Amino acid sequence: MTVSFDVNGRKVTVDPAARTTLADCLRHDVGMTGTHVGCEHGVCGACTVIVNGEAVRSCLMLAVQADGAKITTIEGIGAGEELSPLQLAFKKHHGLQCGFCTPGMLTTLHALLSQEPDADEERIRDVLSGNICRCTGYIPIIEAAMEAREAYRAKAGES
Amino acid sequence: MKLPTFDYHAPTSLAEAVALLAASEGSARPIAGGQSLMPVMAFRLAQPSALVDLRHVPGLDSIEVLAKEVKIGAMVRWRMIEESRELARVVPVLAAAMEHVAHYQIRNRGTVGGSLAHADPAAEFPALAVACDAVIDVVGSKGARAIKAADLFTGALETCLADDEIITAVRVPVWPKRRRWGFQEFARRRGDFAIAGIVAFYDLDQQGLITQAHIGVFGATDIPRRLPNAEAALNGQEPSEALFETVGDVASGEVNPQSDIHASRDYRRSLVGTLTKRALAQAAK
Ligand SMILES: Cc1cc2nc3c(=O)[nH]c(=O)nc-3n(C[C@H](O)[C@H](O)[C@H](O)COP(=O)(O)OP(=O)(O)OC[C@H]3O[C@@H](n4cnc5c(N)ncnc54)[C@H](O)[C@@H]3O)c2cc1C
Ligand code: FES
Ligand code: FES
Repeated sequence: MTVSFDVNGRKVTVDPAARTTLADCLRHDVGMTGTHVGCEHGVCGACTVIVNGEAVRSCLMLAVQADGAKITTIEGIGAGEELSPLQLAFKKHHGLQCGFCTPGMLTTLHALLSQEPDADEERIRDVLSGNICRCTGYIPIIEAAMEAREAYRAKAGES
Repeated sequence: MKLPTFDYHAPTSLAEAVALLAASEGSARPIAGGQSLMPVMAFRLAQPSALVDLRHVPGLDSIEVLAKEVKIGAMVRWRMIEESRELARVVPVLAAAMEHVAHYQIRNRGTVGGSLAHADPAAEFPALAVACDAVIDVVGSKGARAIKAADLFTGALETCLADDEIITAVRVPVWPKRRRWGFQEFARRRGDFAIAGIVAFYDLDQQGLITQAHIGVFGATDIPRRLPNAEAALNGQEPSEALFETVGDVASGEVNPQSDIHASRDYRRSLVGTLTKRALAQAAK
């Protein structure tokens, strides 16, 4: 089934089987392996990508359902080799260890803070309840998110 | 696990969707948000021959507030309910309960129709629909019908829907102003399915006595349902802590939960009492 979508500003056309999840399509057909696949049934959040501005679990969406969508993956959060303010905050606060959960954490937070730059700690914790991390104990992740809000606020102020 | 193989259709009309389901003789399934069906297929608990995607079927994704009822389209996602100011005004408990439904990313995809059809006994929305006396509109190859929410659920993960019937909307009566309500659930972690939950609301008459008491339970029963004995114990009474204690005990005695890996039968029963008291206390605030 031919499917076209926009990934990080680049138009791609792929031909996945109906059963191919968006996660597998991005990894195998598009060649973007930054999106991680953990549980494959919706509980871990590692596979989170942004579809039309909203964070979704790409293991619970079929590639064919993304036809025509605008997708942002972890590869599209920064600008090339340059880290985004959110990524820099993760680095500074040690918001990752093994890094398996990190793409999902970053895409989730990027979607949240783009829409709600004033999200408070309670809101951030609630949203991140859908992302499992086995290494960090979450606290440095929350700290990084809190710090990164400033950059999203500034960006919201500009537009 | 990777999904089993299936055909995929994305019809652009309701009639076409129904025809595809009818032609498959029960082997095809509709897919809405996929937030329950995709895991179910990953676990091989279902292996449909084809998926009939409802995403291009027009007219299923709006919330319409009418004079007496609010009509919520089957493809309305949790996120829309969470954010609808109008809905929060006419039936406030719906939006307030959404924070308990799954997680942020899942609420961006999961739909009202999918939740009702999936009929998880621990899910919030089916219980809200039953407690609020909602009506479910469905269309199938034999035509359209309206089903009372209380009649939709026939068992855990089972409904009275025919294989080719598609839920198009749920209609919830608009609440009178000043209705008192509470929503309480207990889950071990945020976003998990509830071990038990209670939705409770009532009105006060001119003497300040309770009328129209509604108490709905989920998680502790194999289908969401109202608790008529507990409701009867509330009606005609003046709200008080002592009354809520008694009603909690009645509610506890009115359920017959199952033990499973998440909680024992006694624990669930006791939880129903506690949550009823808390929901009523929340309502009285
Ligand atoms: C990790 C996780 C946690 C979750 N936690 C919760 C929770 O706490 N509470 C909760 O309520 N839910 C929870 N969910 C489920 C989620 O809310 C689902 O989105 C919802 O139950 C089903 O909606 P859907 O649109 O995704 O349906 P789908 O997955 O697309 O479909 C579910 C079923 O309904 C059928 N169906 C779909 N739409 C229709 C229709 N219009 N007419 C007829 N049949 C239809 C499908 O054929 C399928 O059998 C959770 C899910 C996950 C993955
Ligand atoms: S891989 Fe998608 S939620 Fe775990
Ligand atoms: S950094 Fe290892 S799982 Fe989160």
